[in-house]
Amino acid sequence: MDYNRVFVSKVRRVIVVFTLFSAFLGFRTTAFAQTDSVALSVVSAEEHVATEEKKEFDITSFIFHHISDSHSFTLFGHGEHGFTLNLPVILYTDKGLVNFSSAAFNHDDNGTVVVERNGVRVTKFHGKIYYANETPDAHGAYVAVDAEHHATNVRPLDFSITKNVFSMLLSMVVLLVVFIAVANGYKKREGKAPKGIQSFMEPIILFVRDDIAKPNLGHKYAAFMPYLLSVFFFIWLNNMLGLVPFFPGGANVTGNIALTVVLAACTFLITTFKANKYYWGHILNPPVPWWLKPLMVPVEIFGMFTKPIALAIRLFANITAGHILVMSLLCLIFIFNSYAVAPASIFFAVFIGLIEFLVAFIQAFIFTILSALFIGMAVEEHH
Amino acid sequence: MDLLVPEIGLLVWNTIAFLVLVFLLGKFAWKPIMKGISDREKSIDEALNKAELARQEMARLSSQNEELMKQAREERDQILKEAKALKDGIVNEAKNQAQTEGAKLIEKARIEIENQKKAALAELKGQVSALSLDIAERVLRTQLDDKAKQQELVNNLLKDVELN
Repeated sequence: MDYNRVFVSKVRRVIVVFTLFSAFLGFRTTAFAQTDSVALSVVSAEEHVATEEKKEFDITSFIFHHISDSHSFTLFGHGEHGFTLNLPVILYTDKGLVNFSSAAFNHDDNGTVVVERNGVRVTKFHGKIYYANETPDAHGAYVAVDAEHHATNVRPLDFSITKNVFSMLLSMVVLLVVFIAVANGYKKREGKAPKGIQSFMEPIILFVRDDIAKPNLGHKYAAFMPYLLSVFFFIWLNNMLGLVPFFPGGANVTGNIALTVVLAACTFLITTFKANKYYWGHILNPPVPWWLKPLMVPVEIFGMFTKPIALAIRLFANITAGHILVMSLLCLIFIFNSYAVAPASIFFAVFIGLIEFLVAFIQAFIFTILSALFIGMAVEEHH
Repeated sequence: MDLLVPEIGLLVWNTIAFLVLVFLLGKFAWKPIMKGISDREKSIDEALNKAELARQEMARLSSQNEELMKQAREERDQILKEAKALKDGIVNEAKNQAQTEGAKLIEKARIEIENQKKAALAELKGQVSALSLDIAERVLRTQLDDKAKQQELVNNLLKDVELN
């Protein structure tokens, strides 16, 4: 696609540069995450070997446990000593739907507890549910593991209301309550100055309309406002909830690839189905010399998909990276095993936490403005 | 790579929840909110336009008033000027009239005086002649006693007659 027109205005140039920058930033963090997870498996393999000895504090699995999804919501404490909100487990197994409370696993995460419902035997191993083996292995686990300590058992389709789903439903309720209240304000005080929560939200709504939708979508902005506003406030609220360390926050909703993929897919579908003939003309018949066309057409088609993929990876990686960073800084205390590190550790964690507040907004803004930009490119008229 | 592989369950729940959220917010929140905002913006624009029009109208009216005041002042000046001219005219006329009247009176008085003078002179003449006749009579009476003197007188008279 001819990206020159993206660079036409200075504002867009800044946006594009910033986007590319944050995209690279995103890829870099995922690269780190990959090495981290390798380290995780190595560490947990070692840990498994030395299981009898009192193991050292395992920072990697601690952090990854924090940022990954879970079948229960720990309000405070840990394991049997804490207070946990047990969430429903819903499985689609080879024998039909099975559902039970996650309390049945009895805080086990190593595949040692088997739950049997409707003739289906399942067990939980590292946050995932597997069909249990008939007999336990040497460590009492009902799952078979490979050399990298990954379970090799078959998994049922897991439609559980997990921590992420629960948190997301909660944020949905919050958004609905808040914005229906705001809407009622507009109905009640028609044509009058906003009041209360309405006056708090109005500048943000106007910001989305005037600085995100209008510059990118032109006069067609109105049709896409509901989507852009929903995406913006949904991502922002969940980013902020993710930064709250205790209930009802604490779930890493926007730092989970499943959510960002869904959001990016929505943008992709809107872009594709709302696209006009100029957009398709650009992709299938790009304005380049004829001998470049065989090269450019595949590149353009590839570009259609890379844009939403970058969108998904960027949000996921930024939020996940932030969580890993804050957790790592706090874990320094346990790594050095000394209270002396605590002040520095907490200082930096608070500092990064404040930056994360900014990032929570910026990522919501970037996701929304890029969605608007992509949709704008698809619906733009050429004269 | 666990982190990069989306869980099927999460994908399904996220899709359902997000679509429901967009639908519900779009129907019950964004639609009235965007309508409310754009309506209010429109009404504010209208109010501002109206205020601008009213301001222009006011300016127009006040400039009209100014014009009227100016006209009125000019008219007043004109009237005053005319009144002054009229007054001056009347005074002048009165003066002239008074002058001519005075002159006439003086002329009359002069004529009267002349007449009176003439009458007085005539009377005086009469008296003088009567007196002189009386004197002459007495003189004659005394002189006519003497013949010679009579003759002489007659001669003198005759001389006078000749001279005349």
